[in-house]
Amino acid sequence: MLSKAGTRLMQGNEACAEGAIAAGLRFFAGYPITPSTEIAEELALLLPKVGGKFIQMEDEIASISAIIGASLAGAKSMTATSGPGFSLKQEGIGFASYTEVPCVIVNVQRVGPSTGVPTAPAQGDVMQARWGTHGDHPIIVLCPSSVAETFTLIIEAFNISERWRIPVIFLMDEVVAHMREKVVVPDVSQIKLVERPRPQVAPDQYLPYAAGEDLVPPMADFGSGYRYHVTGLTHDQTGFPTTKAPEVGALARRLDAKMKRAAPHVTFVDELLVDDAEVAIFAYGVTARAAAKAVRDARAQGLKAGLIKAKTLWPFPSEHVRRVAERARAIVVPEMNMGQLVLEVERASAGRAKVAGLSRVDAEPITPDEILARLREV
Amino acid sequence: MRKEVRLSGSGGQGLILAGIILAEAVIHDGHEVVQTQSYGPEARGGASRAEVIIADEAIDYPKVGTPDVVLVMSQEACNKYARQVKPGGMVVVDETNVKTVPDVEEARVVRLPITDIARHEAGRQVTANMVALGALVGIAGLATPEAAERAVRERVPKGTEDLNLKAFRLGMKRAREALGAT
Repeated sequence: MLSKAGTRLMQGNEACAEGAIAAGLRFFAGYPITPSTEIAEELALLLPKVGGKFIQMEDEIASISAIIGASLAGAKSMTATSGPGFSLKQEGIGFASYTEVPCVIVNVQRVGPSTGVPTAPAQGDVMQARWGTHGDHPIIVLCPSSVAETFTLIIEAFNISERWRIPVIFLMDEVVAHMREKVVVPDVSQIKLVERPRPQVAPDQYLPYAAGEDLVPPMADFGSGYRYHVTGLTHDQTGFPTTKAPEVGALARRLDAKMKRAAPHVTFVDELLVDDAEVAIFAYGVTARAAAKAVRDARAQGLKAGLIKAKTLWPFPSEHVRRVAERARAIVVPEMNMGQLVLEVERASAGRAKVAGLSRVDAEPITPDEILARLREV
Repeated sequence: MRKEVRLSGSGGQGLILAGIILAEAVIHDGHEVVQTQSYGPEARGGASRAEVIIADEAIDYPKVGTPDVVLVMSQEACNKYARQVKPGGMVVVDETNVKTVPDVEEARVVRLPITDIARHEAGRQVTANMVALGALVGIAGLATPEAAERAVRERVPKGTEDLNLKAFRLGMKRAREALGAT
């Protein structure tokens, strides 16, 4: 059922699908894979009801390619997958990033590499989400830790992707995807939606990759009379290939500058009791919930603990980490991987605080007690 | 207040649906809730498990540690989970399927022929999950009967509401009688 405003029990994957539609999603192409399958199932039911299109493609590469095409034609587009499929989509993600095509790629993380444990949670794709495709490229990665947050954060994912013409990776984990929780669904007409910038000039004056002051070029819908060329080759302002050094360099530098311009607007972090924290935790996804419990338990035992919960993983929220590192003795980074963002936390704290990882890679989520024990050690 | 509930048995007994309905009842009652379940091959034919956490405030860690209430609807589930109950908690046993209950110290064990009640009194064996849900609501104080009945009505397939509510009410009544007798 498409959500009416009100309070409901919802599964994480269901909240992802319904939040996406509330954000304006009208085209989904995908190849179902555990633990993301319910997203495709839900959208196959819901999209036709809002005049949208659902296509089950022949594979993951076709899926990412299809959503890029649909986005070029003006539709808000999304695909959903898990680790093995995410690997396959990397080429298309690079294309979308370089050609500045807004789109949302959901990756519900499971144990990997390769086929791994399809039904069990992990957080092993954090670095792949940032650097999975080749070349310097702008990308934004968001990560929810509850079902309710999945609903609201996927709406941000679409808004950000449209506003900045940067692909957004929506990095979930199996626990958040499969559990059911209370969601207060807002009145859809009250949700703030963002549209990509569209050209204000006549078709014959349109330069598809000429950006104004905000570094985001206006984007015309294919089929609307604006004829232009899109290529994964390095391109000039007309969209046609170029190998001229000044133009090649200018594109790379504009994309980098655009990402930096966007960063403060796309960085979402929740802080819990960090102001007087002697020891802090940096956590994301379902692990952040065990961390929140560990903070409360530590405080009850007289240890002043705090939590930086990152909802944006990339661009990495360095400034938040740096501020906390100035006061805290140590920062613990629990992750369901062998240590990925712990290295970023180390970089951002730059020796101000001791940084200690906590890895769990046995297909089970990290418990509050494990984090509490680590807080006592550091 | 934080109450952890584990519903366990075999695949096909409808325990995940019972967990979802219980969670929806908790929302109708105005509390916070998280429902999780076991995935994978064990969900098909083998052991099946649904878990529900009920609380007054936001639930941080969403996994069940030591459950306050355990429902066991198969011998295998009973062997695995009955003894994990919290001291002072409650184990509800479907004695149609469970012949031996391990020693559970410091917790109350309530035996009820859940599957037989579904088959012979409600009229359909598939309603055993609703009999079990009624039992849990009746004696474990997890949700109000009104909220649970509303949740049953809203979730079960159209046309089966009366059958499922009958099973639910039978479970509630028989569990209360059984609790009185222990």
